[in-house]
Amino acid sequence: MSASGTVEGAAHREPHSPEATIGRKPDYLHAESTLRSWFLATDHKRIAILYLVSITGFFVIGALAAGVVRLALVVPNGAIMSNDTYNKAFTIHGVVMVWFFLIPSIPATFGNFLIPLMIGAKDLAFPKLNLTSWYVFMAGALFTLVSVVLGGVDTGWTFYAPLSTAFSNTWVLPALIGVTIVGFSSILTGLNFVVTIHTMRAPGMTWFKLPIFVWTHYATSLIFLLATPVITTALILLIAERAFHVGVFDPAFGGDPVLFQHLFWFYSHPAVYIMVLPGMGVISEIVPAFARKKLFGYRFVAYASIGLASVTFFVWGHHMFINGQSDLASLVFSSLSFAVAVPSAVKVYNWTATIHKGSLRLDTPMLYAMGYIGLFVLGGLTGLYLATLAINQHVHATYFVVAHFHYIMVGGTVLAFLGGLHFWWPKFTGRMYSEPWGRVSALLIFLGFNVTFFPQFILGYLGMPRRYATYPPEFQLLNVLSSAGATILAAGYIFPMLYLVYSLWFGRKAPANPWDAKGLEWETSSPPPTLNFVSPPEVPRIPYDYPIQATESKDQHR
Amino acid sequence: MTPDHAAIQFWPVAASVKAVETDELILAFTVLTLALTVPVFIAITWFALRYREGSEADRSPSGIRSNLIEISWMLIPFLLTLIFFAWGAQLFVQSRNAPPDAMVVEAVGRQWMWKFQHATGQSEINDLHLPIGQPIKMRIISQDVIHALYLPAVRMQVAALPDRYTEMWFKADKVGTFHLYCSEYCGTDHSVMGGKVTFMNPGDYQDWLVHAGAQQGKVAAGRVLYQAYGCAGCHEPGSPVGAPGFAGLYGSKVQLADGRTVTADDGWLRDKILNPNGDKLAGGGKQVMPSFAGRIPEDDLGRIIDFIKAYPGTGQSAEATR
Repeated sequence: MSASGTVEGAAHREPHSPEATIGRKPDYLHAESTLRSWFLATDHKRIAILYLVSITGFFVIGALAAGVVRLALVVPNGAIMSNDTYNKAFTIHGVVMVWFFLIPSIPATFGNFLIPLMIGAKDLAFPKLNLTSWYVFMAGALFTLVSVVLGGVDTGWTFYAPLSTAFSNTWVLPALIGVTIVGFSSILTGLNFVVTIHTMRAPGMTWFKLPIFVWTHYATSLIFLLATPVITTALILLIAERAFHVGVFDPAFGGDPVLFQHLFWFYSHPAVYIMVLPGMGVISEIVPAFARKKLFGYRFVAYASIGLASVTFFVWGHHMFINGQSDLASLVFSSLSFAVAVPSAVKVYNWTATIHKGSLRLDTPMLYAMGYIGLFVLGGLTGLYLATLAINQHVHATYFVVAHFHYIMVGGTVLAFLGGLHFWWPKFTGRMYSEPWGRVSALLIFLGFNVTFFPQFILGYLGMPRRYATYPPEFQLLNVLSSAGATILAAGYIFPMLYLVYSLWFGRKAPANPWDAKGLEWETSSPPPTLNFVSPPEVPRIPYDYPIQATESKDQHR
Repeated sequence: MTPDHAAIQFWPVAASVKAVETDELILAFTVLTLALTVPVFIAITWFALRYREGSEADRSPSGIRSNLIEISWMLIPFLLTLIFFAWGAQLFVQSRNAPPDAMVVEAVGRQWMWKFQHATGQSEINDLHLPIGQPIKMRIISQDVIHALYLPAVRMQVAALPDRYTEMWFKADKVGTFHLYCSEYCGTDHSVMGGKVTFMNPGDYQDWLVHAGAQQGKVAAGRVLYQAYGCAGCHEPGSPVGAPGFAGLYGSKVQLADGRTVTADDGWLRDKILNPNGDKLAGGGKQVMPSFAGRIPEDDLGRIIDFIKAYPGTGQSAEATR
């Protein structure tokens, strides 16, 4: 997708589109081709591509670290690598995947690219701020990568004090500084989205005509704005304690180590929904498009997004049931955590109801979406197991937790990311990917994922603690199975990287609307022109105006 | 069943009533999970097949009132899961309130070992011997970072915090040896920070307190400390640093660089650990050992010296002192 074509070449490669091509300006990819035009881009679509390339790089780093972890665990006695190497590998995996892939993954790429298109706007409200957020992101990444190059960090992505402030002899400070900086990038992106969605909707694009993708990004942005400052504060205090021995968390300096966990999870639990909500938005676009049917229960799904973003602020204590929190607090946090099931169930049942009596095409994005629904359900319900106090006392900090959150993060977010990437790839690049390869990879990923992570539920209940470089030999069989699954998963990840890149040069040219999908982003050419729309788009009567409409939806577009 | 013997398990051993109740809870919850998910999975698969594009399926609107159906699938699963909140909460509250007659055992976590002290004063490192049929209250604290004491056989874990006591109580009802872990990540040797908990008949426990409890400590405990403080990393034969070994050291004459000869007795070993720069050894080896003054408490120093004392002679592995 680099700017290889000249302006003339771009005009020549213009895809088939309903609008007249004579006298049209080239699309956003070919408008300018200098490096400068990319690195100083203020076009939200180009910034989205900058993010897409960067987070793909971080995904590769995080995945390699995961590979190291799975390799180490093939043998129980730690013979393959030292404990320190193992600890650094899982720390890098967590830090990179959480902060440099999952959190920015869907919002900063698809959200950046699609929100203005979906609401019929020319750009985000603050284009320069948008570019700034990418530079801030890369600056944070630089610090974190410096810590990796210098020798790594071994605190785990959770940075619990006083291990991180007084005891670890690794490169904790650069990693902490990097993660702190990245938070500002999230805040800037969230601010930009909120202002854009409030003020830049096309005439006639009322709130209840917005695609669910925009609703979920609105909810995500609220979390960015309200939760991120808390982790930023906590990390700055951590830095102050490690660098200057300011006593905040370490009891040796008069601090309280549990305080750090409160601050950390006050952000990091909502951060789960920063990762999950945008994925739900992606699935809510894909399912109606491939079922040819209006989304079931549109308003409920929209409200459920805001509901999730609200409830998520009141459940952080469920990470601390065994950590010296008062029993009363644990009871309250446990009961509140069960409330998360309500908006989650709304989403899952409405997607399923959308498929009912649809006219289904099982193309790659839909395969990912269906995989997502199944894995998210398992991940979500095992979350309720963990919220159950007596079960938590046993499986807290075991592989059960690892399996649970990978079902949400990988089974959920990564599948949604890949589904969305295939769904909007024609829009992003103007090219079609290879559908057979897409389907094979989607099935491989689904299979590989389950072989990798389902055994970990069993390992956890058997009592294998997480973050163990060595483990009792009776757990070896399940660990080997998990590592074998990881190799299938790796193959499933490698294929899309190859055929998607291949499609950039050799793929069939994409029409404006290859899926015959609804939504304003499909009303413009693929790829869109720099200012998104040649003429102002006409806002449809109702959202998800697909051929199959159910009468049960009469209340949804009053 | 001892952990060493099981090649593969599919269910963990339950050694207390709470463990059995936790298992019942998770099995019942799994039944509900299946009841909630299997219909969704079957529905998605069935719809995907039945409503494929071009199939002859009936796609006429079903006419179901959406608000009713939305509210029912919001509330029914939620209310069903709340049963499990209440069930889990009840077990939790029980597990948090130790009976007044519980026997108190102290547990101290530090990088990377557990020290336990019995009510009668005997202490153990990494291993723990306890009677069955008697409520045990562990009073837990950490000397450095956050750890967590985890006993899967009784389905309990509690954090060891550096600034306050935490508690965990259980009543084991099954004789056997089970895993004992640290479950809160605590640095380099987190995965090695643990051992075995042995639940014994009360008579055997009394016997153990009198005999093994008093003796067991010394050498075996010293060996754990020798690993935990990192001594083994340099002093174990074959280590890359090649620091002097301990075989036959105790009581022998040691040649010093300044020409003096000293006897390697308890006092000299203690001085050498706390102040390695003093009394430089003959032979010209580079002195790289850091001082352990202020890092190893006196009781641990005593155990390490006992371990060095008992260190087997040339040709034998230190394994034999276990």
